[in-house]
Amino acid sequence: MSQREQEFLEYVQSGGQVETTDWMPDDYRAKLIKFIEMHGNSELMGVLPEREWILRAPTLQRKLALTAKVQDEVGHSQLIYRVVEDLGKPRERCLDDLISGKAKFHNVFHYPTKTWGDVGVIAWLVDAAAIISQKALLKCSYAPYARIMKKICWEESFHILHGRDVVLTLMNGTDDQRDLVQEAVTRWWGPLMQFHGNPIPKDDDPMYVWRIKSQGNEEARQQFLDGYVPQIWELGLTVPDAKLRKADDGLWEYSEPDWDELRNVVTGHGPRSQERLDLRRRARESSAWVRQVVLAEAA
Amino acid sequence: MNEQEQQLLLAIADDELILGWRDSEWTGIAPLLEEDVAFSSIAQNEIGHARALYELVARERETTADELAFDRAPDEYRCARIVELRLPDWEKTIARHYLYEEADAARLGQLKDSDDAEIAGLAAKIDREEAYHRMHAQMWFDRLRDEQRFTAALEELRPLLDSARDTHSPELAELWEEMTMVRRSQPAGTRW
Amino acid sequence: MIYEVFRQERKGQPFQHAGSVEAPDAHFADVYAREQYGRRGESTALWVVPRDAVIEIDEFVDELNRNYHRVDGYPLREKLREARERAGTAAPAGDR
Repeated sequence: MSQREQEFLEYVQSGGQVETTDWMPDDYRAKLIKFIEMHGNSELMGVLPEREWILRAPTLQRKLALTAKVQDEVGHSQLIYRVVEDLGKPRERCLDDLISGKAKFHNVFHYPTKTWGDVGVIAWLVDAAAIISQKALLKCSYAPYARIMKKICWEESFHILHGRDVVLTLMNGTDDQRDLVQEAVTRWWGPLMQFHGNPIPKDDDPMYVWRIKSQGNEEARQQFLDGYVPQIWELGLTVPDAKLRKADDGLWEYSEPDWDELRNVVTGHGPRSQERLDLRRRARESSAWVRQVVLAEAA
Repeated sequence: MNEQEQQLLLAIADDELILGWRDSEWTGIAPLLEEDVAFSSIAQNEIGHARALYELVARERETTADELAFDRAPDEYRCARIVELRLPDWEKTIARHYLYEEADAARLGQLKDSDDAEIAGLAAKIDREEAYHRMHAQMWFDRLRDEQRFTAALEELRPLLDSARDTHSPELAELWEEMTMVRRSQPAGTRW
Repeated sequence: MIYEVFRQERKGQPFQHAGSVEAPDAHFADVYAREQYGRRGESTALWVVPRDAVIEIDEFVDELNRNYHRVDGYPLREKLREARERAGTAAPAGDR
């Protein structure tokens, strides 16, 4: 590492903030782009499992709330891709890499949504897992990203409430409705436990070293369990892990998540990975003329 | 409010509900991310208008907006043919948006003159939001006016504005099936 | 074209940079900024400006430490202590 890079490292590790036009090591820029791009991809792909349920929403209120939630996620991807573009990678190239499979998106968005129970559980638990990571990103060393995280976290606040509202209404309803929630929790538990990634020590994680992330994977997972397992149990719901318990030292113990499944899924082999990427590709191809007409004239 | 007025409000509500759904079909896959967000707001406004209109009629009939929106049979809806179509091409969606907003402006203009204060008041509120929709439609019209596929879409869709409202395309029944499947899975009156 | 968006949260507050949108012209930029930064009533007003119109300044030169026009150029504590002693009005320990 050069002298300048070493100084930069010390700067970010002591809380220093970096702006778009500041000098930054090539490795920092590359890691930043990759990390932020994956986030943008995830928001954009996360829309697809949920949007199917906008039509099927059983009340006008739920229809509006779900549309607004999905809209927020698209909005987040816009904010995020703008940050990546200002770092040097244009939006269209990000979308190329997403569709070709070169760039990744989070595991949870590779799975199907099967029932209205999923709608509630995703907004309640999947969004909760994501928000824990997002809150930690408020301290990202790269300031433009930290700033949009503020807006993202603020908008996400209603998503969790909406999720909880859907779940509580179902849990207070018919036996069939309660079954919807339990079945969804059981099915989503595996992906949720894999979501924060495997527990590599913070100091071995380049994202943490550069202070792009301000928390390690295991720390995030523990936060999730601490916040949400009590919420799950207090409703009389069960989680499909007999080993799950909070030990005396305050740390949650659990069965080892299936890291092979995680690796398999994020490399594009999840149950819905290809179908959703195909949808993205087709939508993009059929609307290419619109971008040409609208954006080319401005050039 | 008399029966005729109720029928008129239901027709507008049905138009807004079905069009709101069709417009929200673009959420997540619109041609531009910024447009995706904007168009989704328009879709939400439409569903919001539908809700407000259903609520007015629901009070007259001692029922709820949700029951009016979802629990009627497909052939009881009073929406126009033009909103029922699934239009996965952007030029057609915008053509429909432009034509509908034009027709809707005229319709709302009449409602604003209603003797019923509540109807007139709601029409004025909706119209103020629709002004923004009209601006958006005009903006896209100006951009696409030289595109052959767009002018062709306008020609193709314009006649559908005036179709009878008591018969529907098979697309509406299909839409209704999916729209009500969750709701129908449990007894009437179940909370969601 | 990229447009920078500044938002004012409530009347009386400063306009702050909120982000940017890509749009072909001012008309589209209006719509898109309005949506991204105001759809929830979170802003009272927005300024939308083409990025090209923004002049960026981030280097300021003060080689000779011109503190005569700043508060930190006026450390008064010692002088005040001395003056109080002279007048016999020295404040009890801990006071300034």
